[in-house]
Amino acid sequence: MIIGELKPLNEIAAKVQGYKRILVAGCGGCVTVCQTGGAAQAETLARLLALTLDEPKTTVEWISPTRQCEWEFIEPLREQVQNFDVVLSIACGVGVQAVAELLAGFPVLPGLNTTFMGMPVQPGQFEERCQACGDCILDLTAGICPVARCSKSLLNGPCGGSQNGKCEISPDTPCAWQLIYERLELMGKLENLEKLVLPRDWSRSRDGGPRRMVREDLSLDDEE
Amino acid sequence: MLQEGHFAVTAEIGPPRSCNTEFVRRKGSLVQGYADAFNVTDNQTAIARMSSIAAAAILQQEGLEPVVQMTCRDRNRIGLQSDILGAAALGLTNILCLTGDHQSFGNHPEAKNVFDLDSIQLIHTARMMRDEGRFICGDEIKVRPQLFIGCVANPFADPFPFRVVRLKKKIEAGAQFVQTQCVLEMDRFRRFMEMVCAEGLHEKTAILAGVMPIKSARMARYMQKNVAGMMVSDQLCERLEKAEDVPKEAINIVVEQINQIREIPGVRGIHIMAVAWEEMVPEIVRRAGLYPRP
Repeated sequence: MIIGELKPLNEIAAKVQGYKRILVAGCGGCVTVCQTGGAAQAETLARLLALTLDEPKTTVEWISPTRQCEWEFIEPLREQVQNFDVVLSIACGVGVQAVAELLAGFPVLPGLNTTFMGMPVQPGQFEERCQACGDCILDLTAGICPVARCSKSLLNGPCGGSQNGKCEISPDTPCAWQLIYERLELMGKLENLEKLVLPRDWSRSRDGGPRRMVREDLSLDDEE
Repeated sequence: MLQEGHFAVTAEIGPPRSCNTEFVRRKGSLVQGYADAFNVTDNQTAIARMSSIAAAAILQQEGLEPVVQMTCRDRNRIGLQSDILGAAALGLTNILCLTGDHQSFGNHPEAKNVFDLDSIQLIHTARMMRDEGRFICGDEIKVRPQLFIGCVANPFADPFPFRVVRLKKKIEAGAQFVQTQCVLEMDRFRRFMEMVCAEGLHEKTAILAGVMPIKSARMARYMQKNVAGMMVSDQLCERLEKAEDVPKEAINIVVEQINQIREIPGVRGIHIMAVAWEEMVPEIVRRAGLYPRP
């Protein structure tokens, strides 16, 4: 899932400064699961903003579509924004862009920072797991991704900065290659680490430019 | 030097955080003649400095033999291959391939990092450019760079058994010489070298053990506790803590370490990393009985 963190209230307040009628839009998808951009957070943010903004006669209301990243769920926004000057979306960057595209020309502001693709490893703690590099190698690395979880995205094992299981960048960051090493050892497959991994093709990652996927079988015919 | 079987000495010169040519010359003149080759660091600890190729070219004009360090942090494969050609075109043919410290250590922690290649892939690339006359993409290089390719090894990082595997991969990729992280914990280094020799790796590459004079007890303790990938023995810290003349004791320690390292099978030389203390290199080399250089 996509993880996001709400921007600080003062930063959000500064962004909406000058708007009289504000619609806060939550999202029922990923950011609801990480409890930063769902309906509950949209409601709370709307109330806090109403208290924070010193402009008299500012109205702040909230909604929360099922998902902001699909046209069918945000279509009703065309009508709903009629009485507002701005949408403050607390969906991930995909949702913000979808709404901005739907309402082309209408101000749509981001209230949340999209941080990473990951999971709650325990209640209240989220960790990055995937970087959408476009060429999965998890079979070689015992199901632990070095592209996303090694600070340097290394492919040939831990660098010289791995010590006591930690990454050189911080004692709070586990060394992904130490984890890979331990799990490969458990699987009796340490020999995976002896193979020279040659330079990889990053063109399927973001480095190749914005990506798209076309599924002919799901595309609509012109007649339909 | 290595081919003739001499015990090699290399040292390190850090370029300035400016374009001060004189600074590079002055640092070079402090150590000239006291080592066989001089590593020129590449934005070490992720602090922006004069480029290693430029500083190496200046040192070369002064008659020193530079080793150009190249990290994978700041350049992609296009930049790295271009700089290998550029360095070789200037006659700078000794290159040392490293992954590079993460940028969060340096003075631009907000920077984007690259790591398109890792150090092993960089070694492999350099070897392919030299031996096969090819870029990574397969295109031909008409005039091939004549390189002497080096790598680093850190016997003090984890997982310990992997350290020999990693060195093996680097040698397989094309590393002809190796400089280790500074040895401040001799027992661990001895165990590492036993494993290296058991694999016969010391015969496939020239291993130079890193040494570092440590100016103060506080610095030793700091490195012991806070620097990732380093191991500093308690004994070393205590000696510095008890010393009346700390700088003198620091040099005594390094000289003793060099003498111990020379007894370890498989070691073909030392690499002196006198960070911000380059002026001590001549005394260290003299007192270790390694001066004059052959």
